Amino acid sequence: MKTPVVELAGVRRIFEGTPPVVALDEANLTINQGDYLAIVGPSGSGKSTLLHLLGLLDTPSEGVYRLDGIDTAELGERDRAGLRANRLGFVFQSFHLLGHRTNVENVMLAEVYRKGSKSERRTRAIAALERVGLGHRLDAFPTTLSGGERQRVAIARALVGEPSLLLADEPTGNLDSVTSEQILDLFDQLHHGGLTLAVITHDSDVSLRAERTVRIQDGVLSEATVVPTGDSP
Amino acid sequence: MSPVELVEEAQEPAEASTFSLADLLAESAAALTARPTRTLLTALGTILGVAALVTTIGLAKTAGNQIISRFDELEATRVLVRPEERQQGRNSVVVNVIPFDAGDRLRRLNGVVAAGTKSDVEIEGLARSVPVVDPLGLNEFQIKVVAASPGLFDAVRATLETGRFFDHGHNDRGDNVVVLGPGAANRLNITRLDNSPAIFIGEQTFAVVGVLRDVEREPDLLNAIIVTDGFARDRLGLLGPGEVHIETDIGATELIGSQAGIALAPDAPDQLRVSLPPSPRGVRSSVQGDIDALFLILGGVSLLVGAIGIANVTLVSVLERTGEIGLRRALGATRMHIASQFLFESATLGALAGLIGTSLGILAVVTVSFFRTWTPVLDPWLPFAAPLAGAFIGLLAGTYPAWKAGATEPVTALRSGT
Repeated sequence: MKTPVVELAGVRRIFEGTPPVVALDEANLTINQGDYLAIVGPSGSGKSTLLHLLGLLDTPSEGVYRLDGIDTAELGERDRAGLRANRLGFVFQSFHLLGHRTNVENVMLAEVYRKGSKSERRTRAIAALERVGLGHRLDAFPTTLSGGERQRVAIARALVGEPSLLLADEPTGNLDSVTSEQILDLFDQLHHGGLTLAVITHDSDVSLRAERTVRIQDGVLSEATVVPTGDSP
Repeated sequence: MSPVELVEEAQEPAEASTFSLADLLAESAAALTARPTRTLLTALGTILGVAALVTTIGLAKTAGNQIISRFDELEATRVLVRPEERQQGRNSVVVNVIPFDAGDRLRRLNGVVAAGTKSDVEIEGLARSVPVVDPLGLNEFQIKVVAASPGLFDAVRATLETGRFFDHGHNDRGDNVVVLGPGAANRLNITRLDNSPAIFIGEQTFAVVGVLRDVEREPDLLNAIIVTDGFARDRLGLLGPGEVHIETDIGATELIGSQAGIALAPDAPDQLRVSLPPSPRGVRSSVQGDIDALFLILGGVSLLVGAIGIANVTLVSVLERTGEIGLRRALGATRMHIASQFLFESATLGALAGLIGTSLGILAVVTVSFFRTWTPVLDPWLPFAAPLAGAFIGLLAGTYPAWKAGATEPVTALRSGT
């Protein structure tokens, strides 16, 4: 059996204050390679905290988090940032594209903090954009694109360099239902291509597409046991 | 999954995040060129500051050199000898040891171009040019009378409007001849000499032999009636000339200054006071020091304002780009990477502003010099130091915003939109 992509063991995240807020309590979670996981829960439940922990943007107060078998607690800032650069891909609700740069340049930004050859950055960025079906809008600016297209550019940026895990935070939150469908179709496609995905959402349409669903309520993580129609066709 | 396997996997070194210099340059350039107008406006304060600084330093240098070249021409060839005042009891006593042939004695020294004596004398009565007293019109004046040796005219670089200077013959005989300054001639209504005009001072009658046009030194001669030393000695009881004016070759003043006393009064050179022009080097540094200090303060203040401008806009742009900072952190940037990018951006901005400011400043110096017909003088280090100063200003101004950018928590940053 291969090493799981993500292993959370007894992870807690407590925000200091009076009184201290337990945003995530005793979370145990394993995401294996090729998993398609949806994390659902009402707002304020700790979804975002979990995503930030998984994305190495935040550190657990307690517990162990291994990414690709690497214990992240022991790492310094540069190594944590390096893991973000090389093994994680982020997709945000508000896209986070730079308006003054073309789509290709936006995608190329993903490799700025990575080691490796710079000469082929453009080639790889173009390949990623073609993979999300935007091969024809390479040199357009994101400001001229529709919401769905912008999210595709953001997904392409996350895909460059083949991350171990793609983290999506409400990827369809700013999109209409038709465009959302297209993005979810793209996720399905990527999942079938072997990509490991973790999608945070409160939209049941999104969670239904996933293989697994994890529910958070008041900082407590629980795996949904039965997923009646969750299997992708 | 066995624990052993896990440990082995854990040994695998994590890839550290990197941010190459080429990427740093490219990212900063991209950020600066994304909004060129804004970049330019941000830099405007520093551009003006550096331009002001370069202009003032350049103009101070240029003007300083022009002032000195004027001093060189007139002042640096002038030596003045006067009797030394000495304290005797409670009174200061002047013992005049200057001989009447002072001009001739000094002419023999190598380096003297011209030398002559000048003394203030008094003749009883007012000056007039007509022998009759007109009760209606004012034709009598109190006019200053100066006794001079013929050598004085060359020593003060006098030029003639009409007539001639009196000569050694007039002087030796003590003739009643005068040369008039243009002011005195005007008041006495003497405009031409072909009718051999005469003037009267009290009971004395004088023939006017010449009218001056101008003098370059001793401008009081312009309003004076100039009589000969000989006349003053013989008829007015002048014991000795009041002062000796010497024009030297350029660079000879120090030498002549040391020799003049001995040439004039070999037995008592210490009873003469020799005035030399200020040494050129001293003039240069003092004039330039004054100008530089003032203008440097002005330039410094404008640079400070420019720095505050850069700091201000960079700080605003850090706040505006919070989303971008969050994104970059998610893409693998460390705090240092973020901070260094913002720092480099502001330093580059400062350097560019310095470069533009230097160019404008030099242009201003050249333009001013052109219209004043000056030779522009620039220190060679200036065009190189000014952009560096700009970069330093940018670096300084960017420090706090860059630190702020680096300290932005990615979690917070990502919450704000791009």
